Amino acid sequence: MATISHTAARGQKASALTQKLMLALVLIVTVALAFAPMWAGRADLRLLMEAFSFLALAQMWNMLAGYTGLVSVGQQAFVGLGGYLFFALAIFSGIPVLLAIPAAAIATALIAIPTGWVAFRLQGAYFAIGTWVIAEVFRLIAAQASALGGGSGISLPVELAKSIAATRDGRDQVMYYIAFAIAVLSVVGVWGLLRSRWGLALTAIRDSENAAESVGVNTRRAKFLIYVLTAGFTGLTGSFIFLQKLRITPEAAFSVNEWTAFVIFIVVIGGIGTIEGPILGVIIFFALRQIAADWGTWYLIMMGSIAIGVMLIDKRGIWGALKSRYNLAIFPVGHRLD
Amino acid sequence: MVWINALVQGVLLGGLYALFAAGLSLMFGVMRFVNIAHGDFIVVAAYLMLTFVVTWGLNPIIGVALVVILLGIAGYANQRFVLNRVLGKDILPPILVTFGMSIIIQNALLEVFSADSQKLQTGWLDTSSISFGHNVAIGVLPLMMFIAAVAAIGLLQLVFYRTSLGRLLRATSDDPEIVPLMGGNNAHIFAIATMLASLVVAVAGIFLAMKTNFDPTAGPARLLFAFEAVIIGGLGNIWGTLLGGIILGVAQTIGAQIDAGYQILAGHLAFLIVLIVRPTGLFPKMKG
Repeated sequence: MATISHTAARGQKASALTQKLMLALVLIVTVALAFAPMWAGRADLRLLMEAFSFLALAQMWNMLAGYTGLVSVGQQAFVGLGGYLFFALAIFSGIPVLLAIPAAAIATALIAIPTGWVAFRLQGAYFAIGTWVIAEVFRLIAAQASALGGGSGISLPVELAKSIAATRDGRDQVMYYIAFAIAVLSVVGVWGLLRSRWGLALTAIRDSENAAESVGVNTRRAKFLIYVLTAGFTGLTGSFIFLQKLRITPEAAFSVNEWTAFVIFIVVIGGIGTIEGPILGVIIFFALRQIAADWGTWYLIMMGSIAIGVMLIDKRGIWGALKSRYNLAIFPVGHRLD
Repeated sequence: MVWINALVQGVLLGGLYALFAAGLSLMFGVMRFVNIAHGDFIVVAAYLMLTFVVTWGLNPIIGVALVVILLGIAGYANQRFVLNRVLGKDILPPILVTFGMSIIIQNALLEVFSADSQKLQTGWLDTSSISFGHNVAIGVLPLMMFIAAVAAIGLLQLVFYRTSLGRLLRATSDDPEIVPLMGGNNAHIFAIATMLASLVVAVAGIFLAMKTNFDPTAGPARLLFAFEAVIIGGLGNIWGTLLGGIILGVAQTIGAQIDAGYQILAGHLAFLIVLIVRPTGLFPKMKG
């Protein structure tokens, strides 16, 4: 008995050191990224902004599917809504462009309330496909909205883009920090939420919905809250994505491949149900994309195969497998009995 | 009169949607499993038919036989060797694996057949119709589709309720843990169920190829139509699925009659209305 507790303590000590090292690494990388406009070129900044957007989308999908078991394949609904509402608010309401982004996010969250009310009538895999139908409905409505260009889409007027900052470099910098803030907020926000009372409820739901219900968690309310919150943050990310693109079309805004398939691959490969998983997933996704940029469709076939492989071999993903083996956590959310 | 015509065409279109949906309904009934790549398998069947008949110049009847046999074998193997491994309490793995398959199939089709949209020309079948009065005419091809849908669903019903295989399938649907105790082999039964579903998928794909233009990304829309027909009709009720297909088809043709841009939207809205008013569908036989 003494030996067992001794080795266990030593194992914990070793992992505490690696944990500190990893946290330090994450902090160093974050600080380096915070100063990226000073050392990175224009193309690199664009790539980083895209990676930040995908990190935020991945954190949100992971929150939804990994913790509450709501497997949605319709998150493109909220990316598209965020983008379209941002364009509508910026062009027609006269709200300053930078304020239109959070306003679009709030509006997206509000729309998610009735949407969720309908989608929650379906369970499991049917919920997944139901969310997809709802996203299609929004896409078809956007294609009918002639004020926003209908099926061919609309560009952000030049003077609005210029209202962000006078010079091109200035605009790049502002945009970069918006993306950086969205990414950091998505990680820190999810971390904070999971460490709160709500987080305990969510972790309980992840581990066993029935058990969570039996100890007094109102699982339906918790799930609904997460659905609306993640929709709002996904909308925030969507509005930034289309501010960066300066043009929006129904096909691009509500693309299931871009905003859901890629995001799912990122989360599943990195490790679902962990905060670190989506971060690792984004790094792998973008690294592979840089390598396989010219492969075209083969790249997507490869990503699909890797995701299937992860599900067949170890559904916890790369981080999940590492975590259980070495007892790691950069962002600890677990509760342990000492 | 145009409205009556829209109604008639909608009912016939519903036959095609019921064909799309029957396989999905069957797989859910037996395994509580939803294949997200269902629509993509329909499109694969359509491309196979096109390849056999147009590229290779085979006799259409041999083409149909080949497509049906190939899809049946592929369905059995896919379930036995891949999908069975992810079935279980956790709903995530089957959704993600079939979602991954959907992406793989779409991109593989894109690689082989390019993004150009295709259609299987059927000659006289494309144009011949039976006329009723001034504005109502029933195309021979849509009528064939509808009859095929009724026949396919009738056959499935027959297999389910009149054969020993059907008894085994129903038993597995009721309680998958007891069947192995009685000497049944779940892995095999599930694979047989997917094989049956794939046979219907093959027929649906062949009609898709003859009826409309299709391209490598046409699958997801077919999945959504199939899914809507299943939910409107009610889970586990295969005749309900036929009715669900018809309601969806009629909603679409009436929407298209109002404005061409409203066709698909009207179908989705009909589905959402049913979902709001009767979340379990119109004629449910089991719980989701």
